[in-house]
Parts: sequence; structure tokens; C-alpha cells
Amino acid sequence: MIVLFDSPWLHGALLGLVVSVSLLTVTAAGLLYERKFAGRLQNRPGPTEVGPWGLLQPVADGLKLFQKEQIVPAAAQRFLFLLAPLLVVVAALAGAAVIPWSAELMVADLHMGVLWALAMASLMPLPVWIAGWSSNNKYALLGAMRTVAQGISYEVPLLLTALVPIILTGSFRMGDIVAAQADLRWFALWPPGPGAVAFVLFLLTALAESNRIPFDIPEAESELVAGVTVEYTGMNFGMFYLAEYVHSLVASAIAAALFLGGWDMGPLGSGLHWMLLKTLLLWAVIFWIRWTLLRFRSDQLMELCWRWLVPLGLGLVLFTATWKVFA
Amino acid sequence: MAVTLSHSLPVQTLPRTMQVGGVTVPVDLVTTGWPDPQMRLEDYDPEADLMTINMGPQHPSTHGVLRVKLWLDGETVVKAVPYVGYLHRGVEKLCEKLTYVQLTPIVDKNDYVSPMMNEMAINMAIENALGIEPPRRAQYMRSILAEIQRIGSHLISVGTWGLDMGGAIGGGATIFMFCMRERELLLDLFEELTGCRFHYNTHTVGGQRHDLPVGWDVKAKQVLARIVERSYEYEQFLVENPICRARARGVAVLDPLLAMECGASGPILRGSGVDFDLRRDAPYAAYGEIEVRVPTRTEGDALARAMVRVDEIRESARIASALLDGVPEGPICALKPVKLPGAVKLMEGETAYAAVEGPRGELGTYLVAQTDRKVGQHPYRLKIRSPSLHALSLLPYLCPGHTLADVVVIIGSLDPIMGEVDR
Repeated sequence: MIVLFDSPWLHGALLGLVVSVSLLTVTAAGLLYERKFAGRLQNRPGPTEVGPWGLLQPVADGLKLFQKEQIVPAAAQRFLFLLAPLLVVVAALAGAAVIPWSAELMVADLHMGVLWALAMASLMPLPVWIAGWSSNNKYALLGAMRTVAQGISYEVPLLLTALVPIILTGSFRMGDIVAAQADLRWFALWPPGPGAVAFVLFLLTALAESNRIPFDIPEAESELVAGVTVEYTGMNFGMFYLAEYVHSLVASAIAAALFLGGWDMGPLGSGLHWMLLKTLLLWAVIFWIRWTLLRFRSDQLMELCWRWLVPLGLGLVLFTATWKVFA
Repeated sequence: MAVTLSHSLPVQTLPRTMQVGGVTVPVDLVTTGWPDPQMRLEDYDPEADLMTINMGPQHPSTHGVLRVKLWLDGETVVKAVPYVGYLHRGVEKLCEKLTYVQLTPIVDKNDYVSPMMNEMAINMAIENALGIEPPRRAQYMRSILAEIQRIGSHLISVGTWGLDMGGAIGGGATIFMFCMRERELLLDLFEELTGCRFHYNTHTVGGQRHDLPVGWDVKAKQVLARIVERSYEYEQFLVENPICRARARGVAVLDPLLAMECGASGPILRGSGVDFDLRRDAPYAAYGEIEVRVPTRTEGDALARAMVRVDEIRESARIASALLDGVPEGPICALKPVKLPGAVKLMEGETAYAAVEGPRGELGTYLVAQTDRKVGQHPYRLKIRSPSLHALSLLPYLCPGHTLADVVVIIGSLDPIMGEVDR
């Protein structure tokens, strides 16, 4: 691990800043990437006007959001209303602290790394609920209630599927989990059946956790207009938007680390670039799903979770534990 | 002159009674188990904390400026009341002040997704009142254009239904863009024919204004063939998509009796299993000379209505291609080109009703002419029977018991055009 300063505070602050800023940059690039991707999917070129090949589009989007007026509705609870967008980004970025970008580059290699990431992910419903409640808007309230229901339900299968690599490794530490998958013994491939199932399940539940289509019912703009973000303007709205992207990026990174061997690529060497490649590929899959599928209804989402994903997750954990003991 | 009706409708024999335990009882809304749209909210569970929500008139999924007042118990709709009138432009009143040839571009804007249907309905009513018949070439052109308009309208309907379920930033938008891609080809055809892409003003009293350009039929047939090919893509994307099926199957099952009671027509009626189509049952224009197959579904849910529309896209393409083969030569208008707006005159209280099978159902125009000879160039009263208004009257029956997310699917499956509802 890179040690920048002897003081753990300084080290954490600086490395955290570097990773956060680069994450946000990647997210901005991801915005453009997604818009180009969606454009190609829909027989249109995507952004082309701002900068060469539309490269400056995310910058323009950000500037536009910054110069917009921040409106706080008269009936809203002002403090909570303005607090929520900050918390939502913090919750999304905090999960990134334990992502093992490479053997050296990690903000914090906590011995409870996976749990930290999942805990931060499950923190998301709280600021979203704050936003929905303080907006004093019925659509926002409905969206917030959906978020809480969905967030809490999908934590269960998320945790269960994350348990599969944890059991196989015997450690909660991200670095250990990646190291255990050395020489291409990825948990998505090995053990053969359940590893792949757990991987797909993890991606699905991560989609639901980060409120992406087909699970984006909290913001469901076709029925709830914009859900929790309906009263937000300017950069306050931008924060929610950003958090959603960061959240899905972090989810892809964690999935890559837990199931796809992280920075290690066996005979092809190891390093930051492999981790980034895997993360971005998973991110692209999330975009692909988003621009292809329709949205579930909230009760169908709950049914899917409790009737199918949770029993499946439990079965996976049981199988993995048995396999670990006897193999 | 006697009252002229453009067609005589087949007499509808509604089953007014039903058998319950061997006893014949009259059918009413209570015995058939339909939710009571007049439900008093005081009768609902007093423990429930109902939330009133106004969906619209500014809402992304109400297809314009429809406002639906919903009473929600949690997310379940207890009662729904649609309010219309936010797009009222006074078209019917305006028509009383315009001359007959000036009506066409005004009514164009009613059903703005298929403007030619409006033109056709109003001009057919005027022709019926005048007692003139457009030449055969014009009749063929009317049928062909109507079918192409129907395809364009159904493409919008299916595409926006995708938007309702998948969101503007997501899979729904992809379906929508696919549908718009094909609609663009149709608009190009209309542009070549009339010079306009949207509001055409191409039908006129006694026939058509613009003749078919040379080579138009070949181009049109190519486009239609491509759309038939692509229609299977929409089917895969939408009605064969498991999420879409989960969202739309069994949602808002519409009883055929209730549909007829509320005056629903078009794909809504056919989705409920009532085999009724004016093109076949009361042929107008060139439909008498061609076989019209009417796709129907018996499920009556939102999915069935969408599937009827996709089937109709293919059927309309077939009809239009077949008609394009047999367009006769000859004049395109029965009257001389109109120089003065007041040239067409009707008087002595003539009345006429003409209905066409629009993409949304029976689009009718009822016309009462002036009794005064001096002002004979404009109608005394003009009433437009718009299918969307009747479709919206189904909402209070269909919404209760479903969730808020279903309401947008239901509205999308009814496919209302607010310009036509409010006129």
C-alpha cells in the first residue's frame, strides 16, 4: 500500500481526496459515455456539438447546473432540504474508500472492507428519505417511501451474495478477497455454478440499490415526475444525479473486486488498468440494461426480492459454506 | 333535403340481461362487479389515510394536459376522476364562423397525431350534406392516406406507451426513438405529397387538393414493407418483453359491455373482443373495394390493446399497399378548384353525420347547415365526436384497485389525444 504520510489522518485525507476527485472525473466521463452509448442504441449520434465529438458535454452540463437558481420551496424544511443532497453524495463516495484499485492504491484496506462498502450503500435510503420528506411534496414523499422499502429489501440479497466470496476467502478484507482470486480463479467462475449465479445476483441487487432501471422506481419519472428530486433545482439536483452515477460505479467496482479478480489478470499481469477495465465493462453493462429494459412496478420489485432473490441468496450461502467445508 | 347519414350502423344488440343462477337479471354496473366510479369516499375504510394527488395537467405521462385526480391508499388508487378542458380552444364554435372550405385546416389540429383523419371526417360530412361524391381516385387516395396516418399514429401510441413504462431516460426512450424513426419515413411521404409534414390541409370538399406525385406509390410501398418488418421488432421490444408483460398483462381489464356502454371504439373496443370496425362494417372511401381484416383480442387488458395496435400497423400496411396497386386514373376533386372561400354553400337546415375509423376509434362529425341563405357558407353547428373523450370516460372504472404506476400504463393504453378530447 502507498503510504503518503505517517499520520493516518493526513494519508487518508489526501488519498481520499485524490480518489474522490478521480471518481467524479470518471463519472463525468461516464455521463458522456452513457449518452453516446444511448445515442448509438437509438440511431442517433448523441452529443456532438460541445467540443470535439461532444467531449465537453459533461462540463457544459455541470456548468449549466451550477448557474441555475437554487429554489427552496417555501413549505420545505430548509435545513434538511439542503442537507440531503450533500449526504447523498457523501454516502455514495464513502463506499469508494475500500475499493482495491490495485495492490497499492487503496484509500483504506479495512479488515471489514466489504461490510463498510455495503453499509455505505445501505446508507443511501436515509438521505433520500430526508429529501423526500423535507421537500413537502406528495410525489417526493411517494418516491422516498419507495426508496426506503426498496433499499432495505435489497440489502438482504446484496449482503447474502456478497457473503459468497467472503466465505470462500475467509476474510472481509478486500485485498484478501482479490488475492484469493489470483491466477484467474475468479469467484464468478469458480466454484462453477453458484459463483456465476452470485455474481449476476450481486449485479442485479446492486442495480436495485443504486436505483437504476429496471429498478429505478424511486424516481420513476413517468408516474412520480421525478420522485424525490422533484423539488430540487440546479446543483442540488445535480448532486442526486451524480450520486446515482457514483453509486453504480462503486457497485461495479466492488462487483469487479469480489467476483472478477479485481486488479489481477493472471498471466496478463496485474495492475490498476485491469481493475479499471473490469469496472468500466460492468458499468457499461449497467448502461446497456438501463437503455434496453422497462421499469418494474414497486410491488413486483418487492415480490422479486423476497420471493426469489432472498431464498436464492440463502441457498447460495448454504451451498458455499458446505462446499467450503467439504472441498 | 332529407337527413343524410354517411352510413347506417349495424344495430348493436347489447346483452342487457345476464343469467345468474338460472334467473335472468338486468345487467348494471353493480352486478357485473365494476368499481363504482361515483364511490363516496366516506364509505371507504375510515382507518385508511387517503392521499389526494393531482396527476396533471403538467405531468410527463398524461399525454398532454389531462388531469386525473387520484385518491390513494398507500399506492393503491381508490378513486380516479379525470378532468378535461385544459386544451379547449373552441374549435366547434370557431367552425360556425368559418366557411366550409376553411374548416379543414382548423380541424387538422384536433387529433394532432393523425390530422388527416379529421380532415377526412369533416369533408365527408360536408360532401354528404351537399350530396356529392368524390371521384374514385380521390376515394383511393383518402383510404391510402388514412391507413398511412393510422400507422403513424399507432407508432406514436406504442412508443409513448413504452415511455410510460420505461421512463424518458431508459429503455422506454429506446422504443420511442425506434418508433419515431419509422414515423419519420411516413412524414417524408406526406411531405412529398402535400408539402407539409404535420398539418396537411390536403382533403377538401369533394376530393383532394394534391395529386399523387410520380413514383410516390413505389416509395410508399417500400416504406410500408420496411415498417411491417420493423413491427416485429417493436413486438419483441414491448409486448414480448417479460417486464412489459408483467406490467401490462391483467392490468385494467375492460369488459366489452362497459366499453360499449362508455362509447369506446377502435383498438380499445377490439382489445376487449368486440369485433367492430367502421372500415369493414360501414365502408366509406375505397374500403368497400378491399378486404379489411380486423385484428381483435379477447383479453381486454392494457397489453391486448397494445397488441391490437401492433397488429393494426401490419394490417394497415397491407391495405395501403394493396390499394396503391389499384389507384385509378382520373380527377381528384368533384368540384372545381375553389377560388373564393364562400363558394361551397349549404342551406335549409341540412344535417349530416359522417364517421371514419380513426386510429383511436370512431371519429365522427355532425353538421347542421344554416337555415338562412345569406350566411349559407358556414355551418350553423358542428359537433365532433372524438373517440379519445369516450376512452377517457373509462378511467374511473379502470383505475381503482391498481397502483399509481399502473395509472400511467392505463392512460397510455387508452391513448388519448388531448387536442381531440377538448377541441
